[in-house]
Amino acid sequence: MSRSTPLMSIDGITCAYGGEPALVNVRLDIRREDFIGVVGPSGSGKTTLLRALLGSVAPVAGAIRRQKGLSVAYVPQVEAIDWNFPITVGECVLVGRSAGRILPWPTKREKAEVADVLERLGIASLENRHIRDLSGGQQQRVFIARALIRRPQLLLMDEPTSGVDLTTRHEVLHLLDELNRSGLSILLTTHDLNGIAAHLPTLVCLNQEVIGMGPPGTVLTPEVLERTYGARMEVLQHAGIPVVLDPYDRLNVVPIKPSHAHPRGH
Amino acid sequence: MNEFLRPFEFEFFRNGLVVATVAGALCGMIGVYVVLRGMSYIGHGLSHAIFGGFAASALIGVNLFVGAGIWGLASALMISRVTKRASIGFDAAIGVITTASFALGLALIQLFGSPGRDPDAVLFGNVLGVSSGDVWMVIAVTLFAAGVIFFQYRPLLFSTFDPEVAAASGVKTARMDALLMLVLALSILATMNVMGVTLIAAGVVIPAVVARLVTHSFARMLPLATLIGAFCGFTGMIASYHLDVASGPTIVLTGAILFSTVYALAARSRVKAPATPKSPPRKLSSV
Repeated sequence: MSRSTPLMSIDGITCAYGGEPALVNVRLDIRREDFIGVVGPSGSGKTTLLRALLGSVAPVAGAIRRQKGLSVAYVPQVEAIDWNFPITVGECVLVGRSAGRILPWPTKREKAEVADVLERLGIASLENRHIRDLSGGQQQRVFIARALIRRPQLLLMDEPTSGVDLTTRHEVLHLLDELNRSGLSILLTTHDLNGIAAHLPTLVCLNQEVIGMGPPGTVLTPEVLERTYGARMEVLQHAGIPVVLDPYDRLNVVPIKPSHAHPRGH
Repeated sequence: MNEFLRPFEFEFFRNGLVVATVAGALCGMIGVYVVLRGMSYIGHGLSHAIFGGFAASALIGVNLFVGAGIWGLASALMISRVTKRASIGFDAAIGVITTASFALGLALIQLFGSPGRDPDAVLFGNVLGVSSGDVWMVIAVTLFAAGVIFFQYRPLLFSTFDPEVAAASGVKTARMDALLMLVLALSILATMNVMGVTLIAAGVVIPAVVARLVTHSFARMLPLATLIGAFCGFTGMIASYHLDVASGPTIVLTGAILFSTVYALAARSRVKAPATPKSPPRKLSSV
């Protein structure tokens, strides 16, 4: 299959909830080995786009065309996970193989596949640990492993670095880069313009409609960002990578004054 | 004859003991899914709704099991429909629909009497009401529930743990939800003679909660909760005879004592255990 044939073609889709549009006339092709980041403010339709790609939200107009037999896996936000659920790393990865297996216990082949994917992601020693008893980076790797056990061609991720520290963010970004280099197409949503988005090969700026699409150097411009976020942002270049400055200083925000509490008893 | 073994002479007690043990195992097994899906309240509500079905079925002469079963399923579907159509919460919908059904059952019995079973036995459980037919009924429902869980183990686990990703991965989550609701309704029907509809929810919830306190693995929690449920049923039934108290309360109290003991031991071991590194608290990153 040539790289130019899209795995998935989003052909002018419009999605709405109760008559309120969440996405308007969105067009996007996802090809083999693509690594696309979708950025936009809260409520811009990023999650709706993921849900439309997964088939859980039906477009009211337009269509999504999938390559025949395309395998898609999804990694949700870590905030959506119930960390108290009684499940070990091994069990969590194995449920990714729910389709097509009637008996509860894993086959020898499935056991080998779980061991293989855990080894590949560097968490083989954690198979019997509870998912809560892991670091942020390890937890993210578990859910990527659950997605990879399905041998997907396209990986969809919702905010993979939301709520994680700087080290974990680097760890996850490098892991995704490796997976992409091994042939996996990835589309992720992120709020992190400088830590994630600026390092990806392709960016989509979304605010219900696609405002800009292309390499970060051409998309992360003050004009596109203003149309996307509704606020003027300054963009600098550092080592060839765009750096978006926080617009806080430019907004007419009244600073919070320090409180002058009276001493007790007065 | 040892006083402890005396009740085993009576057939009604042997029947009751088998039903209570099997019913306890059934409740413990289903309870794992009920607890982990945060459905404890629907288990409580459904058992009350079924009482309305019991009264109506007895009145119009329909088979109690079939009539109350259909009534319970209809209540569950109505809760789901009301929650989706109106902007009211799941717990509020359960509160309205199941309590209304329970009230209807009480009103029907007060107006027309109970031509079928003793309503007190249905409300609080009674070993004397257990026939050999009930024994087979509980065994059949338990085998059905075990079969559903065995053959749908992974899809049920996936849709319980992470329904959104399960659906995206090809698991028919709506079918799993409906299947679980059917098994829960059948379990409540099959066990209400022993536990009583007012106490079934505790019989369903307690074994799963106790099992959760001692394991972090789902594959271990499921058989453990089943065994704990069976133990509570067995011990509670023996206590019921010797204390001359209805079987429902003694089974639930056995579970409650077990929970308190395990909870205290778990809390003690947590205090003694060296601090293990946990993942840092998760906060939303800044834009």
